[in-house]
Amino acid sequence: MKRAIVSALALVMAVSPALRAQEASPAKPGLSAAQIVERSLHAFYSPGDDMKARVTMNLIDKDGRARTRVMTMLRRDTDEKGNQKYFIYFHEPGDVRQMTFMVWKYADKEDDRWIFVPAVDLVRRIAADDKRSSFVGSDFTYEDVSGRDVTADRHTLAGEEAVNGRPCYVIQSVPVEGVDYTKKISLIDKENYLPLKESYYDVQGELFRQFTADEVKAVPVGQDGSKGAIPTVTRRTMSNVKRGHRTEVIFDSIVYNLGLQDPDFSERNMRRPPRAWIE
Amino acid sequence: MASKTHLPTGILLACLLAASPAILHPQGRNIEFHGFLLGNFTARTTGLIPEGGDESDYLLAEERLRLDISAWSGSANASARIKSDLRHDALSDEFDVDIREAYIDYTTGPLDLRFGRHIVTWGVGDLLFINDVFPKDWESFFTGRPLEYLKSGIDGLRSRYSANPLGIEVLVIPFFDPDRLPAADRFFLYDPMASIDAREETTPEAEFGNTELALRLFRSVLSFDVSFHAYRGFWRTPSARPDDYQNPTQLTLFYSELAVYGLSAQGNGLGGVVSLEGGYYDSREDRAGDDPLVPNSQVRFLAGYQRQFGDDLNTGIQYYMEVMADHEAYRGSLPAGFPEQEKKRDTLTLRIERTFRYHTWKVGGFAFYSPADRDYLVQPRVTHQFSDELSLAVGGNIFGGKRGTTFLGQFDRNDNAYLSARFDF
Repeated sequence: MKRAIVSALALVMAVSPALRAQEASPAKPGLSAAQIVERSLHAFYSPGDDMKARVTMNLIDKDGRARTRVMTMLRRDTDEKGNQKYFIYFHEPGDVRQMTFMVWKYADKEDDRWIFVPAVDLVRRIAADDKRSSFVGSDFTYEDVSGRDVTADRHTLAGEEAVNGRPCYVIQSVPVEGVDYTKKISLIDKENYLPLKESYYDVQGELFRQFTADEVKAVPVGQDGSKGAIPTVTRRTMSNVKRGHRTEVIFDSIVYNLGLQDPDFSERNMRRPPRAWIE
Repeated sequence: MASKTHLPTGILLACLLAASPAILHPQGRNIEFHGFLLGNFTARTTGLIPEGGDESDYLLAEERLRLDISAWSGSANASARIKSDLRHDALSDEFDVDIREAYIDYTTGPLDLRFGRHIVTWGVGDLLFINDVFPKDWESFFTGRPLEYLKSGIDGLRSRYSANPLGIEVLVIPFFDPDRLPAADRFFLYDPMASIDAREETTPEAEFGNTELALRLFRSVLSFDVSFHAYRGFWRTPSARPDDYQNPTQLTLFYSELAVYGLSAQGNGLGGVVSLEGGYYDSREDRAGDDPLVPNSQVRFLAGYQRQFGDDLNTGIQYYMEVMADHEAYRGSLPAGFPEQEKKRDTLTLRIERTFRYHTWKVGGFAFYSPADRDYLVQPRVTHQFSDELSLAVGGNIFGGKRGTTFLGQFDRNDNAYLSARFDF
């Protein structure tokens, strides 16, 4: 099982180069579909300078049986070019407990990825290839967790529609190269650019996979929100409609701009994560 | 290796555990308690049974209760951990306690100190070891115990200084632990002196002069993780000295002096991960290479490549070679009747693993093949995760070779299949 997680982790935060848009600003008339997607990627995948959250994933099969992964995730945006660093510490389940995983994600070359296996006190590199494979056995792919390159799809603005009373852009995205889906319809909040719903269609043209943002909260930044707040999807679900399997994810204890530095993403912290990170 | 003790100690520990709901349910205290129950059952599939041992078709039958307790200080940067297995050997009906790790950590500035029994893994090989000179349990490995049991702890001090441009790790190991090799009571083995029953093992005394020292310097070079390794200590597999060369009646097993110097590197390359490692094994008691009792010095190196294909298919290949430093001297001194080793011994390995159904199934295997020795070991394995707590693994160890005297070939009659079940809590 350890190696299963190792292999699963091998791809986490797969490449999504050159996505860093400017801070989201109010929509201008004539904003292209690609620009909307770019803002959405930024709002969803890299808000703030850095972030820490406790992430709980419930993997639920068609018979309702659930498995749970609990992890602490830290992210820092190294620069505005799309270089990022990720750190993940596993709390549950037992067979991966205290395992850590680190990614240095580059805009212009292959990511560096490491895993720490506590049972044998080993830090090693892991190979990664397929961005569309499952993240830790969930319905989310690595790209779903870290973002997909805006240029990997051709985007068109297909109209506007409201989700739970919030006005949204309707964006149709068609992959440039063949992947598991042939078309994706995204509903992107016009105000904060968060994706509220995504529907993926397979080669038969049938809906097979659906993402929903189930809860959005304004997470305060700085002492008591002295530096504003960042709208954040705190509950989300990815369902495989055809297989009847779904993954529900809860983000809690979210902190933005905690002042992480590049050297914090080190082999040393993989082996011995600071208490303040993982409590 | 396993710290053997008797039933009373096991019972005492079990009582302590049962009587400690505060440990089981810590509230607001800096303590964590985890563990698992593990059953390992391995049967020889060849239908043959070695004489004189347990006279069993089973190579391994055991239950293990893992207790993993961590505690930490809120005010100082210190923590403690004990990982211990209460073990029942169903073959011999014996209890013992296997202290996997028991250590105290203290951190100050860039310095991390670890004191006690702990597992250390160095180098970049996948089940091939050059600069990882620390104790291993090959019996576990050949009987399908979970992989973490291949490594056993060292008893000593580790200090690691993490800094740019160079990190430094130093290990001081006052108490020597040998590798655990398959034993003749449960395994068919090649033993050139099998007729001599009287055997005495001497391990290096716990004297200051015998303290093992290991050094690792590490840094990043051109996006590769590079380490320099040095070790001064002992071979962990024993040599045998007869009391009389002509008519031996007794063997003394001993561990001769060794130093190892090496380099390892790992980084992205060729669309996957590339690993390179090399080392010089300086057999300090046989520098001339002409002592038939002591291993010759060696050069070892390996190159490895791992890559993921498609959805969830992981693959890895490695090529490994060891070259004897003084093969002529070795040949000249080899007693008559002993099988001769080649100057060069190489090994190829292959790993293939694939996960299915949201990673609840994993099917794959690992294989060793030595072109020089013409022997092999194939380890197929299927794992199923029933829930977050319960997992089951079924697998096998298939040995073979042209000759029964080579490292893997000698185990030919020990082909086995195992079942391993684990419940985490």
